[in-house]
Amino acid sequence: MQDPSLTHERLLFEISQPGRLGVELPECDVPVMSLESLIPSAQIRKDLPLPELSEPEVIRHFTHLSQKNYSVDSGFYPLGSCTMKYNPKVNEEAARHPGFARLHPYLPDAQTQGALEVLYDMQNIITEIAGMDATSLQPAAGAHGELLGLMLIKAYHEDHGQGQRDTIIVPEAAHGTNPASAARCGYKTLTVKSDARGRVDLAHLKSELSDKIAGLMLTNPNTLGLFEDDIAEICDLIHGCGGLVYCDGANMNALVGRARPGDMGFDVMHFNLHKTFSSPHGGGGPGSGPVAVKAILEPYLPTPQVVKTENGFVLEHNIPKTVGKIHGFYGSFLCILRSYLFILYYGKERLKDVADNAVLNANYIRTELKDHFDVAFDEICMHEVIFSAKRQQREHGVRALDVAKRLMDFGYHPPTIYFPLIVPEALMIEPTETESRQTLDSFIDAMKQIAEDIVSDPEIVKSAPHFTPVRKLDEALAARQPCVCWSPPPVAV
Amino acid sequence: MAYIPNTDQDRQAMLEAIGLSSLDDLYTPIPEPLRFKGELNIPSRYNQLALEKHYKTLGKKNASAEEYPCFLGAGIYDHYVPPTVGAITGRSEFYTSYTPYQPEVSQGVLQSIFEFQTLTCELMGMDVANASMYDGATALAEAAIMACELAGRKHLLVPDTINPIYRDVLETYVRHMNLTVDTLVTENGLTTVESVKAAMTSETAAVLLQQPNFFGSIEDAQGISAVAHEGGALFVTCVDPISLGLLTPPGEYDADIVVAEGQSLGCPMGYGGPLLGLFACKTKYLRRIPGRIVGETVDGDGKRAFVMTLRTREQDIRRERATSNICTNVALYALAGAVYLATMGRQGLKQVAELSLQKAHYAATEIAKIPGYSLAFPDAPYFKEFVVQTPGDTAKLNEHLMAKGIIGGYTLGGYYPNLNNALLLCVTEQRTKDEIDALVAALREFEGNS
Repeated sequence: MQDPSLTHERLLFEISQPGRLGVELPECDVPVMSLESLIPSAQIRKDLPLPELSEPEVIRHFTHLSQKNYSVDSGFYPLGSCTMKYNPKVNEEAARHPGFARLHPYLPDAQTQGALEVLYDMQNIITEIAGMDATSLQPAAGAHGELLGLMLIKAYHEDHGQGQRDTIIVPEAAHGTNPASAARCGYKTLTVKSDARGRVDLAHLKSELSDKIAGLMLTNPNTLGLFEDDIAEICDLIHGCGGLVYCDGANMNALVGRARPGDMGFDVMHFNLHKTFSSPHGGGGPGSGPVAVKAILEPYLPTPQVVKTENGFVLEHNIPKTVGKIHGFYGSFLCILRSYLFILYYGKERLKDVADNAVLNANYIRTELKDHFDVAFDEICMHEVIFSAKRQQREHGVRALDVAKRLMDFGYHPPTIYFPLIVPEALMIEPTETESRQTLDSFIDAMKQIAEDIVSDPEIVKSAPHFTPVRKLDEALAARQPCVCWSPPPVAV
Repeated sequence: MAYIPNTDQDRQAMLEAIGLSSLDDLYTPIPEPLRFKGELNIPSRYNQLALEKHYKTLGKKNASAEEYPCFLGAGIYDHYVPPTVGAITGRSEFYTSYTPYQPEVSQGVLQSIFEFQTLTCELMGMDVANASMYDGATALAEAAIMACELAGRKHLLVPDTINPIYRDVLETYVRHMNLTVDTLVTENGLTTVESVKAAMTSETAAVLLQQPNFFGSIEDAQGISAVAHEGGALFVTCVDPISLGLLTPPGEYDADIVVAEGQSLGCPMGYGGPLLGLFACKTKYLRRIPGRIVGETVDGDGKRAFVMTLRTREQDIRRERATSNICTNVALYALAGAVYLATMGRQGLKQVAELSLQKAHYAATEIAKIPGYSLAFPDAPYFKEFVVQTPGDTAKLNEHLMAKGIIGGYTLGGYYPNLNNALLLCVTEQRTKDEIDALVAALREFEGNS
């Protein structure tokens, strides 16, 4: 019998049969009034074109879909910069606990002391890990945190009569969210080059400094997997011209417990809780992007903040210089709860084990694979390592994309490819701390096999994947003739 | 450590392979003075058993809707979640996966998002939808910015019947884009066509309307849409998705962009996060939508398959010229929404809406009979929420209700000083007649005590 996960799964709308029920709701137990007496007739809906399925059909449909999906629980997911580590199950149980899951955000503080304690503790924990002075947990994702961080920088400059500062400097290796967030905050962006060592080009940076600079956004370790070892000087330069320095904390998994952005001179940073502190990423979200700041930016934090008083924890709404609100409520609470438990599991004694093992695993892959694929920068890397398939492309016509697709045939999720943009044919591998040496060895063997195949039988790599539920997709067609919503087939006349 | 497989022996062998002698050597790229040497000032470690006890203790300090009948709404709702939702979103193939950058091994997430987009369109009567936003408030802010760019104008007309928190988030977002929010002050809990007409200028990019509005009242969406379009502005609505089981979908009153807080569609209240932002619009605006979109295509064998599409709008490719900076969305909650709508289906969603409507009207009718209580907006039609004028301090009233084991309503005085003693109450299909009667009795008692 064919594996059901490999067969074509029809859409919900194609399975639907008139009259089927997925749930039976109770009879109305209060006196029923006519609809027409309650709602103006123009506002009453005539037809609701939703599908109709029974409960087993719903479950079977989505279970089949799940079987066509790669995940951390099914295998190694070395997607660089995304930090796909294992998600501890106790945290999932906690997030489903009705005391949290069924908690309404508008309850009075006295009835949400448990939730407020989590938020208060996390504000302090995040502040400490960052080496900063205060934290807002409101941002719903890393990019949302970037936007908030830039709003804080803007509020600070305006408050200090420096409203002319209209430019944010972004390195060319930066995540695309950095320039997009700057634009969303009304800033111009200025790109600073990388030097031959894969770090910010100091000479270029110096040449761009002026009183128009509001700040610099920097990922450290950077997206090449390297620590920006001139960071103290970079911060001095930016501060010297009156700007502030933002740390994109996407790569904090390399540093947690080992180094703190606040100690390096950064003024503001965000964390990606779904990366560093393991709240699961759900196929693209939810995320959570708390922002930690130095004291100079604290007055501008969004409302509310959680404070501790004699009568317990309270939501403080009175923040006179606040930038305002950036989320409907208090952030991704259930993600914050998971990350809180993750951090408590390690505690102050062992939190650095996370970084140590993540960095060790990345360097192990670098060492074992560097004779087979060129390493972009062959030196000790942080928690991720960048290879380049440029040589394979030049000599055998095999691209990074082909290597990625071929890895699927070996049962692995591919690494991030074509990022950072400054490394040609980039393959960005991030193993995280939750993978064993045996898993890494098997992955390394697969990569070596692919490297050999590229020389002896490049076609098998170029035509990959061969064993996935669907073959390589026509992405151009999807963009050229967008079909983003199902519609019923035309009825035959 | 249970989450880290490697043993000391493994680490030793790996360090040797790398050519290092200790873990500390891994950090030589970090200048020595920048390495953190002390112990972090955070709590000591908990073992797994202690962790379980800890979170359960904290959970008990919260008044959950599991324990107390909840009449609190104001944007987050205690609707029934069918067990199919948890069964599917609890499958780790979904919850432990990442953004589907490699479609060959991500068809599960991709197809579920395509179905979510379609269900959103069916629900709203719109042409196209994205793969979700952080929440309703930020979705409205993104819609407002998109509308200004489409209209080439800089002013947004926003009645005060829109959720005040959404207005706060909107103002925070648009300030930096040099866009302005013109607040329209309403009377009697409804936005009138005349007041919108009078407030519009040639610089109005869009009229924003919440339907039903923050007070639960049903606005004249058709009339206001027509006035907005006559003035050359776009019409943006923010809807309660459950209400669309009964109310005319925004597509039928010619809305240009529709957003919603989708938490009611099978997502936990979760103390307000994470939530599910819905976003839909007309086809002609497809290439201006913020965030992710999944489209249909074919694979190498000509088989139907799904892929993230129109990527050149997105920040990872377009950088500062992207339509938005949103990257991570809430794909898992989009899946929850898809499972919810598939389970409820045509009949179920209508029934959820009807039960909520009938029970809310029963509650309102009974409350209005209590001496000292009245409906604040007796002439406005409403769906599942309504505003009650109470005889005293609403914070104290809520305390009194809590003492009776009931979660009361939303205190309006903070945002609406003229509604100082008014309470916004919500009744969903989950509330039974007995619970509503208990609420009515408790309210009556409060009046007697005051």
